[in-house]
This record gives sequence, C-alpha cells and structure tokens, in this order.
Amino acid sequence: MPTNTALFPQYQLGSAYDEMFTAPNIPRPHYDLLYQRLNEFGADELYHRQQAADLSFLHQGITFTVYGREEGTEKIFPYDLLPRIIHADEWDILERGLTQRITALNLFLNDIYHDGKILRDKIIPRELLYTCPHYRREMRGVNIPKGVYISVVGTDLIRMPNGDFVVLEDNLRVPSGVSYMLANRQVMRNVFPKMFANYDVRPIHNYGQVLVNTLRALAPRGISDPTIVLLTPGVYNSAYYEHTFLAREMGIELVEGRDLLVHNNIVYMRTSAGLRRVDVIYRRVDDDFLDPLAFRSDSTLGVSGLFNAYRAGNVALANAIGTGVADDKAVYTYVPHMIKYYLGEDPIINNVETYVCWEHAQKDYVLANLDKLVVKAVGESGGYGMLIGPQSTAEERDQFRQRIIQNPRNYIAQPTIMLSTAPCFIDGRVEARHVDLRPYILYGDTITIVPGGLTRVALRKGSLVVNSSQGGGSKDTWVLR
Amino acid sequence: MLSRVADSLYWMSRYLERAEHTARLLDVHSILMLERVSKTEDNKRWLRILEALRVPVTPESGDYDTFINTITLNHNNSFSVLSAIRLARENARQVRERISTEMWSELNQLYLFAIDMRNIANISHGQLHDFFTQVKNRIHTFQGITDSTMSHNEGWHFIQLGRGIERAISVSVLLDVQYAGMSRFDSIGSVDEYFEWLALLKSCTAFEAYTKVYSADLRPDRIAEFLLLNEEFPHSVRFCADSIAQSLSAIASATSTSRNSRVHRLAGRLQANLNFDQIDDIIREGLHHYLREIQSQCASIHKLVYETFIAYPVDSALSG
Repeated sequence: MPTNTALFPQYQLGSAYDEMFTAPNIPRPHYDLLYQRLNEFGADELYHRQQAADLSFLHQGITFTVYGREEGTEKIFPYDLLPRIIHADEWDILERGLTQRITALNLFLNDIYHDGKILRDKIIPRELLYTCPHYRREMRGVNIPKGVYISVVGTDLIRMPNGDFVVLEDNLRVPSGVSYMLANRQVMRNVFPKMFANYDVRPIHNYGQVLVNTLRALAPRGISDPTIVLLTPGVYNSAYYEHTFLAREMGIELVEGRDLLVHNNIVYMRTSAGLRRVDVIYRRVDDDFLDPLAFRSDSTLGVSGLFNAYRAGNVALANAIGTGVADDKAVYTYVPHMIKYYLGEDPIINNVETYVCWEHAQKDYVLANLDKLVVKAVGESGGYGMLIGPQSTAEERDQFRQRIIQNPRNYIAQPTIMLSTAPCFIDGRVEARHVDLRPYILYGDTITIVPGGLTRVALRKGSLVVNSSQGGGSKDTWVLR
Repeated sequence: MLSRVADSLYWMSRYLERAEHTARLLDVHSILMLERVSKTEDNKRWLRILEALRVPVTPESGDYDTFINTITLNHNNSFSVLSAIRLARENARQVRERISTEMWSELNQLYLFAIDMRNIANISHGQLHDFFTQVKNRIHTFQGITDSTMSHNEGWHFIQLGRGIERAISVSVLLDVQYAGMSRFDSIGSVDEYFEWLALLKSCTAFEAYTKVYSADLRPDRIAEFLLLNEEFPHSVRFCADSIAQSLSAIASATSTSRNSRVHRLAGRLQANLNFDQIDDIIREGLHHYLREIQSQCASIHKLVYETFIAYPVDSALSG
C-alpha cells in the first residue's frame, strides 16, 4: 500500500500536449478542481477508492476474454481511476467535425456501391478500391434503408502537440468499446460522487436509447415497431460482455447465428413460441462470417441465406455490408477529398499526414525513414501488424521493409505522433500516460454523438499503443456543459 | 423468448439446484460421520451417497479424502458442487441480458467464491462445512433475488421448471437409495438407524417440517409419505410436480401453445398421481417401482419440453 506522499512529483511533461497541465503544477482551468481534490484526497484515499472500483468491476463481471488460455480467460478491463475532462468548446468542434466526416463517408459508400461518380471524376483511383479486401462486389446496386451504411461508428482521435485533435482511424465495421465508456461512468460516479456533482458533466446514459432509435429508423418496409436483434458471435468473443450489455440496455434479443434461419428470403428467430420474423439486425459479426452461402463458407457464426434476405430488402443490417472499404487505411488518406467533393467544405478535423506505399515516391520515402515512421497494415486493427519506427529494432525494420516491397498496397506510414498525455493513478502516484479518444457516432434518421467517448490509455510508461490487446486501458471521459 | 435463452435459464436453474442438493447432502453426512467410528460403515455410506447423487462409482470412491475432493471441488467431472456452480454460471453468462444485474452479480460472486476454495491445500472439516453453508445460503439468496428482481414471465417459469424437475428427480433417487431392500416400514430399530433417517430428512431440509406434522417420532413410512406426497413442503416430490405443472401452464399461456399437448398431459398425470395416491398402497405395490416411474416421467417431461419449446423441427414451425 502506498504511503501518503505528494501525488504529483513524478509527473513529467514531455514534448506531447498534456491534457491537464500547461506547466509543472499549473493545471488548465477546467482541470483545476480535479487537481485540488486529488491533492486533498492523497494517495491513501485514492488507493481505497481504486480498490472499491476494482471490486465493482469484478463483481459486475465487466470483463473481456483473453484468447488462447483455458483457465481465467476473463479479465477485468484495465482502467484508470482519474477522469479525462473535455471542455465544452473543444467538444463543439469535435461534434461538428465528426458529423461532417461521417456524412461524407456515408455518401462515399453510397456512391461507390451505386454510380461511382467519385471514381469517374478520378478523385479516388479505382484500383485502390478494387484491391481493398473489404470492398464487396456483391453490394453493387443494392439499395439499403435510408441509404445509411454506417449506423454505428467509433472514430479514433488523437491530439497533436499543438493541441489540435486529428483523426487517426475511422472504424466503420463493428467498432467496440462503448460498454466500457458506460461502465466507466457508472463506476466513477460512485467512486467520485462529490467531484462529479461539482463538475457539470454531460450525461451519456441514454446511449442505449439513442442506439435503439437509430436501429428502428432503419426498419425495412417502413414498419413502425420492428423486431430488432443484436447478433453476437457468442460467449467466446472478446466483446461478448458488451453485446449482452447493449442488448439489455436496449431491451432487444441477443441472438447467435444458430438462433436465426432464413426461409423464402425472410429472417426468423427461433423462439419458445415458434418462429418470429426479424426486421433489423445490429450485427457484431464481421462481413466474412455473416452468411456462409455468400461469404466464407466455413463460418459457423452466421446465417445461411442472410445476404439474399438483405438484398431483397426484407431485413436491415447495421452496419451495412462492405463498409470496411471506407476505413481501409489507404482509402483513409482520401477522406479530406471526399469531404470537399461531396459537401464542398474543408475538413473541420484533419487527418494525420499519411504516406501511401503503393505510390512509388511515397514508398521510397517510407523505406528510407522506417526508423522515424509508424507503419501500419491497411486492413488490420487492434494494434496488430504495426511498426513503431523509433521504438523498433533493426530486425523488425528489416521484416517490414520486405513486407512493404512485396505488397506495397497493404502498407501506409505516418509520422510518429506523440499522443497527448493525461494524468493516471499508477502505484500510488499520478503519472502522465499517452491517451487517445474514441467518440461513438450514431446515424439513423440523423447523426447523434453521445457527449463522451472511450479514452484509451497506454498504461505502460512511454508506450504509444492504447489497444486493450496490447496493454491498454481506459478512462472515464467527462464532457463539460 | 429465444429457445436458446429458455434452454440456458432452465439449465442454470437445474445446475444450481444440483449444487445445493449435493452440498446439503454432503454437509449432513460429513457432520454425521463425526459422531460415528466404524470405518466399514462409513465406506458403505459414501457409496450410498454416490448412488443417490447418480455419480458413477469407481474403486477409489471409498476413500474419504478422494471422495470429498471428487464431489466437491473437482472441476474435471460434471457432478461436483464446483462444476455445477460453474455450469450454472456459464448458462447465466450466455443469457446475461435476460437476467437481472443483481442475479448475475450474486451468481458470479458465488462462482468466484467457489473457485477460490480450490486454492486451499488441505481443507479442514470446518472449512468444508463453511463452504457448504455458504453455497447453500448464496443459492437461497440467489433465489430470493431472482424472485424479487426478475419479472415473473416466461423466463422465470423456465427457471421454476428446471428447479422442479431437478428436485423431483433428486429426491426420488435419494428415497430410492435409502429404502432399497427394506421390508419393515412402521418403526426403526436402533439409534444408529435413527441417525440415518434423520440424515435423510435433513438432506431435504425436512426434519423440522416433518416434526410439525408427525412429531419427532421418525417412521420410514411417514417419512416416505412426507417426502413424496406432502402438499405444502417445497422439497416433496408432489410439491415439485405441482410446481412443474404450474410453470408449464404459464409457459403455455406465454407462448400460446396448446395446453392439451403431450408435455402438459404428462405433467398433469404426474401431478394427479402424487395428489391422489396413498402411501400404504405405494408401499404395498413396491416403492422402488413407484419411484422409478416418477423418475422416468420426469425424464419424459424434460424431453417433451425440448421438443415443444426448444429443439422443435423447423418444418413444422413454418407450416404451423
């Protein structure tokens, strides 16, 4: 147990933007209250509150599954005790910027699966799309409810050293993590009740309601009271907790592939009272596994015939099939062009500067600067298939060099960006750790962004990787009114 | 309700009932052992308990420590208390969004508590007793939480159904083992024998309830009557049969299925038999046969529940 010493002596401000401090012991105005309260609490009190929070997570079974181990395959999701606070003005920019970006991305998907204007106008090269593994030829000409392809999005933002937020990744397939956003809030409200009351924090607990309304808006044939289900890969999926959580929050059935069947292009679920028609599926199963007849035939997670039912307009899917083409990391570089092309606006939130290896000049630059850049495989997520140049060994760089030369389309590179740092309670002291931010954007009749998001933390000192599979944790995120 | 969800709730409940029953049986008998000395008697007792729990008997089953470990904390078999708890939790986990957060939290804590016991190297008698007590209490708490935090809807009735069927089977098997080879039913011979009958009643939490009806005068025929045919006692087979029939009737309403289907007729017959049969007749015609018949009817009800609500053929559902 830590002794009651000063909390902040180890707090180091580096070259990154710090969320809390402008200079040693000088907090930004909206962090002032937190700073005072933490100093009043001291390490002992914080330690006790942390233990209470730990127990709360464990007893509620807020866990994720670790692959590849038999016993103890569930772990509590690592979290940090201290909230990350976002000022109302900053949030306003994020809200407008994300709305703009998602609108453009959705128009892009609708365009490429129909007329392909943006391709004809040569804004985006055709080969880039057709070489993307997530592009679904089968979706060409398929009309989907309201033309909404991306109903649930989790966009990864990071903060540059100058304080500006930029988009690192658009997650347009089956983004996860929102349950941790909600669980963090629930636990933190009990851990810091007073501080919570003193800050004017915008609520996020209506997420389930917004999500179910979003899904309802997608109902085919204009039915007003559709049967909505959440399709999960099952209890062994790493995000299973989240699936159960969201189904309960929304009051809808949580189904697995084996609960559904398709007859005459209509989807049914098997209930104790016989078969019941299903209208909207919030699917947390990847495209590849959705329908063994249309996609991977070895999938046991999906439903045979689902794609035909979808194409016939008898069932809605959220997100649509084939949205992964728009979050391909090479296609990502064109998002600012999409915003300009479809909306005639300048992007409110910028991209990170990105080099696309399939262009010769850029590839040569990347190969010459591997020790300075972050290299990523375009189709990977979760922090896999990634090289962080400044922290890599010569051997790792050689491996990536070979891979890039063999398959340049598959790689992009970005400058190593110092993600902003935020205070974390670690071993009885408050230390700076790198963080990102993933807000969740819902798109049904309109676009709604619940004020908050998942702040992910690289809990290892100096690490820039925030993914939970790579030693990352999360923080409660307070958006002020 | 999804068929798979009904299935999981049903089995969650059956496994919890099994864990509770096993824990109680072991607790009662391991306390009783403290008051006795004969080694051969003890070994015979363990064999009987294994039989009553429908555990396959192996040569080493007679050894006390192995026995206790096998049946309490071993996680490689399906019949230990720990396994039953783990399986109950696994079923609950599959339907987490259908049970209340309070229910999940309680069951999850029971599981964490139980696996924690595995870390104790040599479990003492006292620790074992504490373990059984905790398991029983926590399962009772879980039932209380279930009744007061979950809607008494179709899912709740599948939980009641699971408990009813599991308990009816457990109690009838237990009676069958205890009464095997007996010829006199109207009195008991020795003090030692008295303890055996006491243990039987306590294994069904029935001692106090029994004495309120028949006084502390233990007689095998009365005990059989109480545990089989009593209308009011929750561990009697008749009480279970009533509860099975009620749950099935409620499920029939919720799913708009016919009350004349085979599963309802079968449950009704079991209920009627236990409502109208007399213990003297049952004993005269053979208790063993009667108990076997109850077990087989319970097995048939289980099978028909599956065919009606859970694993029905899709073709008939589409045409219907």
